[in-house]
Amino acid sequence: MARGCSDAPVLRERGQREVFCGLTGIVWLHRKIQDAFFLVVGSRTCAHLLQSAAGVMIFAEPRFATALMEERDLAGLADAHDELDGVVAKLLRRRPDIRMLFLVGSCPSEVIKLDLGRAAQRLDGVHKSNGVRVLSYSGSGIETTFTQGEDACLAALVPQMPRDEAPQLLVVGALAEVVEDQLSRIFSAMGLTNLAFLPPRRARELASVGRGTKMLLAQPFLADTARALESRGAVHIPALFPLGVEGTTAWLTAGAAAMGISAQRIRDAVEMPETRARLALERARAELSGKRVFFMPDSQLEIPLARFLHNELGMELIEVGTPFLHRAHMTPELEAMPANTFLSEGQHVDRQLDRVRAARPDLTVCGLGLANPLEAEGMTTKWAIELVFTPIQGYNQAADLAELFARPLRRKALLEV
Amino acid sequence: MQLSFWTYEGPPHVGAMRVATGMTGLHYVLHAPQGDTYADLLFTMIERDNKRPPVTYTTFQARDLGADTADLFKEAARDAYERFRPEALLVGASCTAELLQDDPGGLAKAINLPIPVVGVELPAYQKKENWGAAETFYQLVRAFARPATTPPERASCNILGPTALGFRHRDDVREIVGLLEGMGVRVNVVAPLGAAPSDLMRLGDAHFNVVLYPEIGGVAASFLKRTLKQDATKTVPIGVGATREFIAEVAALAGLEASVATEACRLPWYSRSVDSTYLTGKRVFIFGDATHAVAAARVATKELGFAVVGLGTYSREQARDVRDAAALYGLEALITDDYLEVEAAIEAAACELVLGTQMERNIAKRLGLPCAVISAPVHVQDFPARYSPQMGFEGANVIFDTWVHPLMMGLEEHLLAMFREDREFNDTAKPSHLGGGKLPEKPAGDVAVLDAPLLQVWTAEGEAELKKIPFFVRGKARRNTEKFAAQRGIANITVETLYDAKAHFAR
Repeated sequence: MARGCSDAPVLRERGQREVFCGLTGIVWLHRKIQDAFFLVVGSRTCAHLLQSAAGVMIFAEPRFATALMEERDLAGLADAHDELDGVVAKLLRRRPDIRMLFLVGSCPSEVIKLDLGRAAQRLDGVHKSNGVRVLSYSGSGIETTFTQGEDACLAALVPQMPRDEAPQLLVVGALAEVVEDQLSRIFSAMGLTNLAFLPPRRARELASVGRGTKMLLAQPFLADTARALESRGAVHIPALFPLGVEGTTAWLTAGAAAMGISAQRIRDAVEMPETRARLALERARAELSGKRVFFMPDSQLEIPLARFLHNELGMELIEVGTPFLHRAHMTPELEAMPANTFLSEGQHVDRQLDRVRAARPDLTVCGLGLANPLEAEGMTTKWAIELVFTPIQGYNQAADLAELFARPLRRKALLEV
Repeated sequence: MQLSFWTYEGPPHVGAMRVATGMTGLHYVLHAPQGDTYADLLFTMIERDNKRPPVTYTTFQARDLGADTADLFKEAARDAYERFRPEALLVGASCTAELLQDDPGGLAKAINLPIPVVGVELPAYQKKENWGAAETFYQLVRAFARPATTPPERASCNILGPTALGFRHRDDVREIVGLLEGMGVRVNVVAPLGAAPSDLMRLGDAHFNVVLYPEIGGVAASFLKRTLKQDATKTVPIGVGATREFIAEVAALAGLEASVATEACRLPWYSRSVDSTYLTGKRVFIFGDATHAVAAARVATKELGFAVVGLGTYSREQARDVRDAAALYGLEALITDDYLEVEAAIEAAACELVLGTQMERNIAKRLGLPCAVISAPVHVQDFPARYSPQMGFEGANVIFDTWVHPLMMGLEEHLLAMFREDREFNDTAKPSHLGGGKLPEKPAGDVAVLDAPLLQVWTAEGEAELKKIPFFVRGKARRNTEKFAAQRGIANITVETLYDAKAHFAR
């Protein structure tokens, strides 16, 4: 068995972490679950973060809002609960289309120990008869880093899933609809039809779970969700994540094999899309091969992305930073990486920037706060958030994913100003 | 607890960041949880800053709460000093750290750094961004400003108020510095933008202060008036008239002749030129910070001949100024930070142009109305590559262009009115050079707002005639006709009702 970089030492750092908090997940989750609404119970900072991260994209009235805590809410907690009830009633009057309401905890609500679990239970009792379920989770920065917000949200959905012991494959993690549809088509070509997704596109379409459920993680940041599903009888299928051709094939194969699909049927279904995707990667490989890449920690997607860039595009990995290394889910990924990969977990942003400057990578993958300053120092960057907001999983997106890394380099070569 | 969908202003510590990022030689150590670093992207992405804001965050997490967050802060402050070697340190807390009551000011003093430390307390659950910027700037001025050793010459001033991430602050400063220097006034210090703490120590070397952005520089200017006896300007030079008044005010303070060699401004002539006749009485809705909203209303009415049909602000602190200004136009000011309320008001006003913030730009886009941005909060496109001030004479030129261009031009508007049924040249057709065809249905826009639940029906002919009215006045025509019909108890609105109403309201 290849050990890859499973035994490589990991640099663990503590210091300033230049990462988003879990509230940011609302920016994609509110588009994903179309009849859900996310009410952050927090401060003006939370509201400001959400609209800044969303780029103030007001296409329609958003399906998220903030219940802004004020001085008097901090004074007496009993009042805060009454106030919250009032805000929720007002919101539901305004938006009768809401079927599922998430009360989302924030740093200030956690620090004053406002019990949103209890509030959700109480409000669920009040509004259930009108067909509105009320749940809660924490997206606070003191508890969660960026994509961990999605983990917390999905984990909150798990207790609501109906029990069903029948065999099924459950794909866990928010994916773009186009990706979901492609993956479904491949699975159904293998003859695998008892397939479900979490999160659902609509609250009422929540999948069931039970001892027959095999879960296939589509995202690498779902530790709590997986644990909650396991406690309901689901069995985790270890696999590479479906990024790049190698990852997608391994992921589909692991899922289908766990459901008893024969190796031949799996091969037949993946052969054509796999070949097509390999061909599509050629242009980017010519551009990226031999180039050196540095990942700053952001979304926990760093390790599978680094594996893709190295194994399929020939890039050299200088440092792969991740906010949090969840070994249990990352084992197949680490085994597929080169043995000498330099992994770092957590962050001390100034020290890490010193390492970036010393290494002068060809491409640095980093957050929005760091990208332009590094560009101004003459470095080429890729903003990490785009890797979360773009459909990148599966065969047909493999070349798009490669293109996200190739474009900054191509642009740099083009410009003569 | 208040339900908020979008917010016009950030929290007060973002105001402090705007001050610190605008300055040089100052570093801000912010006690804040993981995630609050999002604020960096406001500067690096929206303003396209080429360096990180000079801010160190403690980014504490749950595990730190059990231990000692105060130690974490002290360590962060020490590290920040060692790494960045600033002239002075600004310290404070964001909303979450405020609840921990660690007292960053006291902690930073306790570690005995060899540089001045200024602590700012910004109550995050009561105050907002502009207040935070004003308070931070005031605390810095209080800490550093000294009286002059020799009395400064009369024709010397400081410029107070511009910050990082301000709407056109960078260009306004260049324009106003040029204007002042052209008058023979020495500009001593511009602050916060571009100033170091050591520059703030020289504030006393000027005779008076020019307050460009009262929301941010006002408190510091009052302090300097009390302590250093520096007078401050009251006029904000936005628009031709206000710029002339500003020049007169500065001249009086500086003891100079109130004249400038050349008034390099095209707005007065452009506005008088015949092509601008069609601007007369255009209905505009104005919303922004108090200073920019009040100034925009004056420019709109006196310098472009528009009719102001709505005026409001999200700055409650300056609500009175906006109420007074609104009264001049026979309006009641809209004072709110709820953008949904602003949207409803814009829709009800049946305006032809919206002058607002990034929020109103989005509202206007949705309602299909032309819009120009006049105030923060703004987005990346409001930091243009070209020189584009709002203040002074060049600012007036910029205003003329940016407010007039979204509107239909003179003869274009007439043609549209004359040949309303032209197959290609109407408001529901896509431009023919783009292949023609129908535009997608616009939501709302034309929807009537009725006060009384009177059952009114437009006849088919009436409706068809209404459609011949250009879309940008159709909402008004529909509203007036329905009001007219309601007053007279007319249930079926015909072509004749439409023209009766038109004649009635023309009187």
